[in-house]
Amino acid sequence: MTAATEATLTPAQTAGLIRRLTALADDEIVLAHRGGEWTGHAPILEEDIALANMAQDELGHAGLYLGLRAELDGSDADRLAFFRDADGYTCARFVELPRGDWALTMLRHFLYDTFEALWLEAATRSTYAPLAAVAAKAVREEKFHVQHTALWVERLALGTPESLRRLQAALAELWPHVGQLFQPVDGEAELTQAGLLPDLGAVQARWQDLVARHLHGKCGLTLPALPAEQAPRTVHTSHLAPLLAEMQAVARQHPDAEVW
Amino acid sequence: MAASPTPGAVWQALNAVPDPEIPVVSITDMGMVRDVTVDGGGRVQVTFTPTFSGCPALHVIRDSIEQAVKELGVAEVEVKSTLTPPWTTDWINEDARERLRQYGIAPPAPAGEGQLIQLEAEPTRCPRCSSFDVRMTASFGPTLCKRMYVCDSCKEPFEGFKSV
Repeated sequence: MTAATEATLTPAQTAGLIRRLTALADDEIVLAHRGGEWTGHAPILEEDIALANMAQDELGHAGLYLGLRAELDGSDADRLAFFRDADGYTCARFVELPRGDWALTMLRHFLYDTFEALWLEAATRSTYAPLAAVAAKAVREEKFHVQHTALWVERLALGTPESLRRLQAALAELWPHVGQLFQPVDGEAELTQAGLLPDLGAVQARWQDLVARHLHGKCGLTLPALPAEQAPRTVHTSHLAPLLAEMQAVARQHPDAEVW
Repeated sequence: MAASPTPGAVWQALNAVPDPEIPVVSITDMGMVRDVTVDGGGRVQVTFTPTFSGCPALHVIRDSIEQAVKELGVAEVEVKSTLTPPWTTDWINEDARERLRQYGIAPPAPAGEGQLIQLEAEPTRCPRCSSFDVRMTASFGPTLCKRMYVCDSCKEPFEGFKSV
């Protein structure tokens, strides 16, 4: 298969690619905000710093995805992040849920980071060369998130009855939503067929295996059943609008500022 | 009239641009500068590769490159960034690794093309006493590129460069 460029994409492929890149960026922006909410509140200083580091990486990745989108439609990353309302955002509900306790925070990151690492690893083989380059860059950074959050999940699972109870409760809350990460956007099947985007089914199979080995095999947690149906990415929880209101407040008060 | 330096002179100027977060090494030591071209009209193009994509110092690096080249008397400088091939700590030169170690930062282990999902961190040596008897105390440090350790042999805390 020859490498695709902006010029060789069909209009339908361009539109599908824009939807997938935006979904990825939106997940990263919203999860980074949830991570940032721990600044000053994490159980220890080192974890404050760790979450700030991870949020920084995620915003960096969102910047890369929106940079790819800009090459396709000339859009502006800052406008997209700070001037779209909840009904314009396409993040998964999984990342919108309130930050919860420490167990929920670490577990959500672990589930998300393993998804992102595996998706990126598959995307390094994309026939769309700009995406393959971004994936090769980002995947090197993502491994640190996975290492960190996998260790925390293990520590909480094998810690005290209370930490285990909280972790199992977090799993029950998060698990029904996680499938949305693997749901294709409109037109994605065609892009996967053309080798432009990873096969989400294959990514999910690898994710399921890795996550089950860690959470069940190593940590002794009971995995709930995955629900068959998932809402589309345009249907949000009531938690997104207040999050965006806070995140976008400064940019909207000073729309002419160059840097927020 | 604007000067038209040789590519070698531009490289030499860039050798003096420090990494904004680790001032004992330069951006060329870190392997961040990928290409320098000077065209017939004396226009200089510098291509650099970002270390970490979320690094907040990227704009500082970009500005410092432009500044360093302009100081050669060049009128037009274009600073481009590239992600291909992705930056790796394997590009940090030997001399810079030694300076990192003397500064108290353990240099990165070889990154290679290992397995993607490694739940274990790579082994690290204390930059002061060279002992492997070290503990990671935080997997994220004051900057994206570092982790925090304590050496159980000499009892000193230190920072370690992540292997990317």
